[in-house]
Amino acid sequence: MANITITINGKKVEVPQGSTILDAANKLNIHIPTLCYCPDVGCGVANKPASCRLCLVEATGIRGPRKILAPACATPVAPNMEVWTNSARAMKARRTVLELLLSDHPQNCLTCAKNQECELQKLAAEFGIREISYQGERNSYPVDESAAIMRDLSKCVMCRRCETVCNKVQTVGALTGNGRGFPAKVGTASMIPLADSSCTFCGQCVNVCPVGAIVGVSYTKKVMAAIHDPKKTVVVQTAPAVRVAIGQEFGFKPGEPVTGKLVAALRMLGFDKVFDTDFSADLTIMEEGNELVGRVKKYLELTKAGKSAADAQKEAHLPILTSCCPGWINFLEHHFPDLLDIPSSCKSPQQMFGAVAKSYYAEKIGVKPEDLIVVSVMPCQAKKYEAARPEFAPGGVKDVDYVITTRELVRLLREAGINLANRDDEDYDSPLGESTGAGVIFGVTGGVLEAALRSVYTMLNDGKNLSGDAINFRAVRGLDGVKEAKVEVAPGLAVNVAVCSGLGNARKVLDMVRADRTRFQAIEIMACPGGCINGGGQPYIKGDRAETLQRRMEGIYAEDAGKPIRLSHENPDIKKLYAEYLGQPGSEKAHHLLHTVYHENKRD
Amino acid sequence: MSDTNTTAPEGNGTACCGCKKFSSAAEAKFAELDAFIETLGLDPADERRRGRLIQILHRAQHIFGYLPREVQQHVAEKMAIPESAVSGVVSFYNYFTTKPKGKHVINVCLGTACYVKGSEGVLRELERVLGIEADTNPTPDGLFSLGSLRCVGACGLAPVMLVDDKVYGKITPAAAVKVVNEIKAKEAQA
Repeated sequence: MANITITINGKKVEVPQGSTILDAANKLNIHIPTLCYCPDVGCGVANKPASCRLCLVEATGIRGPRKILAPACATPVAPNMEVWTNSARAMKARRTVLELLLSDHPQNCLTCAKNQECELQKLAAEFGIREISYQGERNSYPVDESAAIMRDLSKCVMCRRCETVCNKVQTVGALTGNGRGFPAKVGTASMIPLADSSCTFCGQCVNVCPVGAIVGVSYTKKVMAAIHDPKKTVVVQTAPAVRVAIGQEFGFKPGEPVTGKLVAALRMLGFDKVFDTDFSADLTIMEEGNELVGRVKKYLELTKAGKSAADAQKEAHLPILTSCCPGWINFLEHHFPDLLDIPSSCKSPQQMFGAVAKSYYAEKIGVKPEDLIVVSVMPCQAKKYEAARPEFAPGGVKDVDYVITTRELVRLLREAGINLANRDDEDYDSPLGESTGAGVIFGVTGGVLEAALRSVYTMLNDGKNLSGDAINFRAVRGLDGVKEAKVEVAPGLAVNVAVCSGLGNARKVLDMVRADRTRFQAIEIMACPGGCINGGGQPYIKGDRAETLQRRMEGIYAEDAGKPIRLSHENPDIKKLYAEYLGQPGSEKAHHLLHTVYHENKRD
Repeated sequence: MSDTNTTAPEGNGTACCGCKKFSSAAEAKFAELDAFIETLGLDPADERRRGRLIQILHRAQHIFGYLPREVQQHVAEKMAIPESAVSGVVSFYNYFTTKPKGKHVINVCLGTACYVKGSEGVLRELERVLGIEADTNPTPDGLFSLGSLRCVGACGLAPVMLVDDKVYGKITPAAAVKVVNEIKAKEAQA
């Protein structure tokens, strides 16, 4: 493509045709403020409705030689264009725009969940706003709160990032622009509560909201109340992806694993035991691997008996779909009720942990399940919704009592004066803290399938383990939205697998399954693009999203590579759990504790 | 939240897409709408089907008189698009309404010419006599709904009132009430 040379603030710059003024200014390291613009809300999809007008600059060459104001984010460069980003007219226009935005924004920054994380607040500081010249009507809407996500549309700036990620990236379609003009806002169909909508609680809208209009519901107070209650034994589990994301909030490089320091900080915060969701991830592999092997064996029997591949796949419930991700399960139950028989029946690692803690572990330490409080630290909003599902509260006692996100844990640690950077590494407690490399890779797209393949290989090869580099299934790694591979799991037996992350990509792959039932035998699906490392509860990504996710992914695989044991079925405490309590994978007891069923849940 | 207040068609039945029962009158309306949608030959794999939305909503409002949530859900289902996509368009255009209209629709012009000629007084008197607020729900008997609009291009006749498709010029509060009473009497006989 041809290049175009333009002048910005007297400096010449050459950029490819189709670039915007903002792109050209970035190349010159000239800063133009933006608000609605987001280059990557997920899967590389940009949001640039040019609705906020905060990036107004003065330019010629748009409509002839006349100088006009134009939004830098959405105005393509043209030959011989001249741009002024800091002319009196441009700066005045931007200030007016910002003051008008602020005039319809609640000025309660001190108590806002986004205090110091808010892009509007940052702009007000950057512009040196000391007073707002405009006083007028303000929009006011009731706060909508679900188990996971809270929306306060009085704070909405109509950037529409949430709408873009919900519709274009996730294809969930829960959010839309509502109304017109001054009272316009982004909301659900007919402004119904989010909990009644088709929302999956993936939380990607939370991740991209520049202000405090969409935030996670906080459970930190309840967690601290439980910790300070002498009658309760409070244990915590940490999801795999938390350890490679939380460090950035305490001065570590993005993606740097801080596992030992995280354990030390949680112990100092007051948890009685610090356990690891990686343990129950290993447990998931035992059950899910067993399920996969069972289905593949059934398929082989059926085809041997003369059934067509398509019929055999159907009857053997193939392809198996992973079921660790509650956002994805919500999506499935809403959009794909015809495929409810094919996901693994395994509960997610979070819920398996809760079920085992409140049975096996509670018995072991002689505490009643209702006096044992299980807290999860998750990278996720949907985990809150999952923990609140009635099927995960046998006899009214929830398996997982409270879920807090990585972000909420950061706040708790700050309040308690605990700085991760100043803690020495400590180890997880026993027995629910022992884990393998296979457990930790659950935190990134491709990891669950890789962990399963490692153990399935052993199950199908008379107990022979993979060794050396063969343990690394590189074909299913990486941040691509859809990955396909053919994997030999036993001599002469290859399975076709797919890995996808982001619900829009899940939809693509499931449409492939609907069109050709024989195409895959196993599929891993994660709701968030990139997997849990990009979960809706992770520290906000400032700067390049793809770059940060790449670092977090590398952190996960580095943890895996550094583990002495990298196969779930070799986890000594998992072996012990089966020997002492569960019997075999797929046993009646295992089914009762570790498996679930899915229901059609057609919401609007 | 604020504007969810819609009523099911015929006040009988609560949802769309054949999953719950409607009265036969409402069923006939849905069938009429479906027959129309059928003629468009929408392809669920073709993104361009979304371009038909406004056309379908026009027809739906013509059939039902308004677009309650149940009708929006039905359209979404038929077009294989999210309900939010339908709701967003319905809420954007003034023409579309999610509230039922009365059998007779009265509109009073509040455009500049009519306003200075005292049309607001006409509107307030009608509100008082009918016992409803303008631009909200119809009278409890379903006979009248009352609205305001801006300029019908008959400023020479200001102030102007419209009842259904009929224009009444140089209207006074008393004359407006007389028109209402005449319609009431006619309806009582029918």
